[in-house]
Formats: sequence, C-alpha cells, structure tokens
Amino acid sequence: MRPMNNDIAIQVVNLTKYYGELLAVDHISFTVRRRELFGFLGPNGAGKTTTVRMLTGVIKADEGGASISGYRAGSLKAKQVAGVVPEIANAYADLSGWNNLMLMSELYGIPASEARQRGASLLQDMGLFPRKNEPVKAYSKGMKQRLILCMALASDPEVLFLDEPTSGLDVQSARLIKDLLHSLNARGKTIFLTTHDMDEANQLCDRVAIINKGRIVAIDAPEKLRMATSGRHSVEVSFNDTVDPERLARLPGVNTVQKIGDKYRLYTQNPGNLVVELVHHSCTVGLKIVSLNVLAPSLEDAFVALTEKEAEHA
Amino acid sequence: MPETALVREQLRRSLVIARKDIRIYYSKGPVIIFGVLFPVFLFLSFTIGRDLSVDFMIPGLVGMILFFTATSISPIVVPWEAQARTLERLMSCPVRIETIILGDILASFAFGVGISVIPIMLGLFLGVIVSSPLSFTLAVILAAFCFASLGNVFSIPPTNMPSTVNMISSVVKFPVVFISGIFIPLDQLPAWGQAIAYISPLTYFTDIARGCIQGRGHLPLAVDFAVLIAFTVLFVLVAMKLHQRTMPRRI
Repeated sequence: MRPMNNDIAIQVVNLTKYYGELLAVDHISFTVRRRELFGFLGPNGAGKTTTVRMLTGVIKADEGGASISGYRAGSLKAKQVAGVVPEIANAYADLSGWNNLMLMSELYGIPASEARQRGASLLQDMGLFPRKNEPVKAYSKGMKQRLILCMALASDPEVLFLDEPTSGLDVQSARLIKDLLHSLNARGKTIFLTTHDMDEANQLCDRVAIINKGRIVAIDAPEKLRMATSGRHSVEVSFNDTVDPERLARLPGVNTVQKIGDKYRLYTQNPGNLVVELVHHSCTVGLKIVSLNVLAPSLEDAFVALTEKEAEHA
Repeated sequence: MPETALVREQLRRSLVIARKDIRIYYSKGPVIIFGVLFPVFLFLSFTIGRDLSVDFMIPGLVGMILFFTATSISPIVVPWEAQARTLERLMSCPVRIETIILGDILASFAFGVGISVIPIMLGLFLGVIVSSPLSFTLAVILAAFCFASLGNVFSIPPTNMPSTVNMISSVVKFPVVFISGIFIPLDQLPAWGQAIAYISPLTYFTDIARGCIQGRGHLPLAVDFAVLIAFTVLFVLVAMKLHQRTMPRRI
C-alpha cells in the first residue's frame, strides 16, 4: 500500500541496532519531509552509516522501524523508490562506466531506451560522458564517486541516500556533487545526506539531525542550531606582534581563547563589549590590531557544544 | 504487485546479476583455461597407464570438468564482491538476497555447462556413443545447477577473504572427486566405499553418464535423477536461507 501521508518521505520510529553488546543506534526517531535536503551529522562511530544501512535495507533493525515514501524500509518497494550512494562503495572496476550504469538500470527494471537516455544525460552532467566506455579501474577517485552518484540516480529515485558522498574528494568533484545535490533538491528530490563536514551541511541542508553515540541530540535548521548555541559567539583578532593568550583570556567576558594560525579566537557571550575591551587592551600594551572579525557560532560550534553536552549527560 | 509478477521480475533481475558475473568473473582467459586444464590434468594423472576404454574415461572426465568448473568461481563471488565493496551497492538495489544468490548460481551453471561441452565433443570425436542423449543432456544441466549451488554453499561463512573460502571448498571438492566413481566404478568399491560414495552428488551424475555412454549404471536412472534433484533443492535452499543471515554481516 502507498503511504497515507504524502508529505513524509522518511519516517523513522524507535530505530535500534545492536552489534553484539554495543548499542550502535539507540531508539532514534525522526521524520524527513518530501523535497527536503536533510543532513545527518555525527562524529565517526556515531551510528550514521548504520542508520543509513537500516534505512536502505542493507541490514535489519533489531527494534523499531522506518518507512521510505510509505513503504517499509528494506522492502523491495522501498528500495525501488530510493537511490543509494553507500559510504565506501565501488562500481564494478572491470566494467565500463556506461555498463555499470546500465547494470543498475536493469536491476531497477528501467526500460532500456529510458535507461540509455537518462544514463547519457547523467554522465554528461557529471562530466563523465567522454570516458563512458573506459573500465572504471581507469577512473580517478573523484570520477568513481561521480559515477556512483549517477548509478544512484539511474532509476530517477524519489529519495536519495548519500553517505559521506564528498569525503576525500578533490575540490572540483566535491563541488560538482554539491551543485548536483542542490539542483536535484530544487527539482523535488528528497535527499538524506550523512556527513561530518559542517560546512557542507550548512551550505546544503534544510534541516540537520545531530547523532552522537547512537542517539539523536538535536534536529533543527542549521541556522537555528547555530543561534541556539549560547556562549559560542566569538571574536577573531590578529595583532602586529605576538600576544600571550593568557592575557587575552583574562579580558572581561572571555570564556576561552583558541589560537588559530596567526589569529586568536576569543569565545564570549557578549561580542560587542569584547571588541571594545580588545581595542582598549591593544592601546594599553601598544599593539596594533591587524584584523578583527565578530563571528556568530558556526554549525561546528553547535555540533561540538551539543555532542559535549550529550557526553556530560552520559 | 501479484506474487507471480514479482517472482518473474526477480527472476529477470537474477539473470541480470548472472550476466554481470559472467562478464566480470567468468570471461577471463585464465579462469576458462584453468577450468578446463586443471580437471583434465588431474584426470589424466589418474588414468594414464591404466588400461581404460574411452567409454569409461569420458563420463568421468565430463563429471570432473563439470564439477570443478561449476564450483570454481561461485564460492568466491560473494566474498569478492564484499571485499571490492560492490556488495552493499547490490544489496541496496530492489533485489532479494535470494535473487542475488540465484544470479550467482545461474552464472556458475552457465559456465559449467559451457565448459563441459569440450569433453563431450572430445568424447564424440573419439567415437563415444551416447545411447540416451536426452537423459545425458538433462543430467548435465541438472548436475551443473546442483554443483553451482554447492559452490554457493561454500561461500556462506561470512568471511570476505576469497582465499579462505577457496580453502573450505577445496577441502570438500577434492575428496568428493575420489569417492564419486570417477576413477573406480561404484560396483568395484567395497560396501563402505559405496556408502561414502552415496553422499556425493557427483556420484549420481557419473552414474547417469556411465549409464548413457557405457550402457550400465550402478543405480536405476530414476534414482540417480531423484537424488540429484534432492541434492540440488537442498543446496539451493541452504544457500538462500543461510546467505540471508550471513550476507548482511559481510558489510
């Protein structure tokens, strides 16, 4: 039966996975709306890939369940409407890029003429068409990853799962993939993206869920998560001479000081006051300020704060 | 979708997987050459110097080649795919694990049947007469499917090391060849030898082949076919059931 609620693309209820004694995914629940670009963030070993594997039917959940476009996750119908870019996946190295793509189309039951037409268009978009007849073993890592994305799109899926799709890629390939994700999302595809790249999540996602030690610690829009992170505003400053970070840490309102290259990042709850203090301090000690920037909390800051808070709770 | 349409669709996808396997794993020169040469040399090493008729040798040679070729690659396809990181991709496609396994078996079956044509043609060239071509052909087809399924059973342990699976399959395959009436006809074996021979599926193919070529099998043809079918069903069911458990553990 097709879904009751047409606005929900992915529904996860109490999803749980054990590996022996280890609780890898701990009763997580969330919903992804149709046409949403949903980020799934977490440090290594947090349970991101295990979650994706349960959602894509590669492994079975021990408790709870999920549905994809209203179909039970792991069922043939759920797989039919989903495209997958696994975390560490390869195309068949002995087959050409084109044959890999046609193989995928056949496994999804796509009629041959439609498969050829879509395959050519995908390879053109990903810059692989001129080398479509070469065996994949001759492709670079970036080309392989672009091909795997094409393979995931061969069936024109409603929902696309991508597990760290740009991890370890060159800038050009990563940008090409990000641009494609943007345009796919604009064309109405629901995208579930796992990543530990905060910038990527910030640039691409409508909402993100942060998972740590198998548990969801926050779900919201990246901007809201950033703004909800109090005390993580910062002022980044550089001087014309070296400065003792201890002295900067003693300035009123400074929570912590971090040295980043030739700059100092001072975390505070009141950046306006801190700027005044910094100007005053530099005049007092005879230093010249080379650059000064007020920074709102980044998604990375929010991520660190939330995962640290979770660790404290544990 | 009605169940029959679903089964048809999954069967089609099994054929797609089989075609992929043949392209990637079976169409390599060394695989084909090794598939023919190894059993031929093994066979010759045990028959040269003995006063054996061509009618006696050809059923054994066909049986050996069929057995070795149909079980040569099927045990290592799944661990290979897991190691090459293509298995997760395949498992996320709308195919059942049974569909993947059937595809792997079909590829191995096609390879076994294709290669076994060589010793059959050799036998015909040397003047061997197959008294019942239909039974013989059916036996080749059934045995190829049976051995391909057995090969797939070898790959059930969830290791991603093809060499480990190869070791497991070799431990079974070599003794099977020696107890299946290939080098010594069943009726010349002692009672305990015959008892052991009956647990090998290769015994029943060899017996059918001897019946069709030499005109004298040890067991009635119907019994040989029935047991071969039973072994095939058993291997297919075991492979499909147990891969369900172990395949996700390879990821």
